Amino acid sequence: MDCNRVFVSKVKRLTIVFTLLIAFLSIKIDTFAQVDSAVVPVDSVVAGSAEAVSGEHGPAKHGEEKFEPTKLIMEHIADSHMWHLWGHTSLPLPVILYTANGLEVFSSGNFHHGEHDYNGKYNNYRLEEDHVKVVGADGKVDEEASKSVLDFSITKNVAAMFVAIFVILVIFISVAASYRKRVGKAPKGLQSFMEPIIVFVRDDIAKPNIGHKYAKFMPYLLTTFFFILFNNLFGLIPIFPGGANVTGNIALTFVMALGTLIIVNINGNKYYWKHIFKPDVPFWLYPIMIPVELIGIISKPFALMVRLFANITAGHIIVLSLISLIFIFETLAIAPVSVAFVLFMDVLELLVAFLQAFIFTLLTALFIGMAVEEHH
Amino acid sequence: MELVTPSIGLVFWTSIAFILLLLLLRKFAWKPILGAIHEREQSIDEALNKAELAKQEMARLTSQNQDLMQQARAERDEILKEAKTLKDGILNEAKKQAQVEGAKLIEKAKIEIENQKKAALAEVKDQVSSLSLEIAERVLRTQLDDKAKQETLVANLLKDVELN
Repeated sequence: MDCNRVFVSKVKRLTIVFTLLIAFLSIKIDTFAQVDSAVVPVDSVVAGSAEAVSGEHGPAKHGEEKFEPTKLIMEHIADSHMWHLWGHTSLPLPVILYTANGLEVFSSGNFHHGEHDYNGKYNNYRLEEDHVKVVGADGKVDEEASKSVLDFSITKNVAAMFVAIFVILVIFISVAASYRKRVGKAPKGLQSFMEPIIVFVRDDIAKPNIGHKYAKFMPYLLTTFFFILFNNLFGLIPIFPGGANVTGNIALTFVMALGTLIIVNINGNKYYWKHIFKPDVPFWLYPIMIPVELIGIISKPFALMVRLFANITAGHIIVLSLISLIFIFETLAIAPVSVAFVLFMDVLELLVAFLQAFIFTLLTALFIGMAVEEHH
Repeated sequence: MELVTPSIGLVFWTSIAFILLLLLLRKFAWKPILGAIHEREQSIDEALNKAELAKQEMARLTSQNQDLMQQARAERDEILKEAKTLKDGILNEAKKQAQVEGAKLIEKAKIEIENQKKAALAEVKDQVSSLSLEIAERVLRTQLDDKAKQETLVANLLKDVELN
């Protein structure tokens, strides 16, 4: 009797869910069709089809824009010459170009969101795909000339990085001041919040991996840890002054990994180099071993670079995709689901922010430890 | 592909910014912070060691105190015992002496009494002899008057003498 009732209720529930699903799919089937057609041109846009974009820009501006999630996500992941604040308002950032004739500095506001060209001292410039390109005499983008112009602009990522650096400096210099003020006393306030993290980096990252020579590397490890951590955290803030994908940019992770590469190899002792050039294997294996070891020098920081970049970028892409779901389905009904998933992802990203900073620092410490190890 | 191509501008600014950050933090943050933490850890270690030492010292002092107390107690008992024996000795001595003294006095008194008795007896004997002489004189006088009366008198006198 009891079992029967449970069975009936389950069947009922299943029927309801199935009906809702069918209804949902039948209503939104045209949206899917739209999205599918929209994705195709986006891919070609990302690949760099110049005409398609310049043609699209004018009419798309004020009318009902066709929603293209790939474009939106890629725009958010990539660097930009403007810092988007709200609506159509953006903070123009300085453009600094190194040309064969000299430096060019002007505000990216001159491009009016890519609608106008800017007549610089030496060339005319056009903002295309958020890249500054040189415009030739014929009014078209001169790709050859564009390649010779080096872009040292303060982009969104650079500006966001500066903000993070400023915050780090303010926090840690004030923490240091409170150490000086409260000599020999228990930590207080911000100081007591930061101290466990610093001690964690020292006792759980540096000491076990590097050994007794850890003190020399502490500034680098701590700076790396907090630099990555703060940039990760700022990246999680969706609005100004966050919102930039700083640690999810390959250039930044490249520099960080390069730093590790340099630190490791400068401090490598004779055992480290012996391990690479005279490993303890039969000599006929040297032609294999030495190239492998040499590749190992590069591949270790390379893994660091890709790991940080991929983790942070992936997190951003997932969050943006979930948000995009609302606009793909063009209904508010999906919003609670999206928001719930985004909330979950954001919490996960918070963990990842700490985790990636920790892993990067830990592996750096590990590589340093391998390079400065005394005996074999 | 653009996503994985590092742009020169960002590489440049990141390098500069990171190196600057590293130098600034090393000078103004990490050195004082790590130094202070290290110093505090050392001072805590030191304090703990000192506390441990103090505890040991305390324990040592306590045991020493106890020893001293015990010693003092034993000494006190000893002194008390000594005092008691001394007192007993003195008491006994005094008693003995008093006895001896008393005995001596009694002896003296006895001798005195004996002497007095002897003197008294000698006096009595003198008086008796003088009395006897007087009686004899009287008897002799009465004898001269009446024979019979003399005899009774003598007899009476003799009776008296015997009473003595």
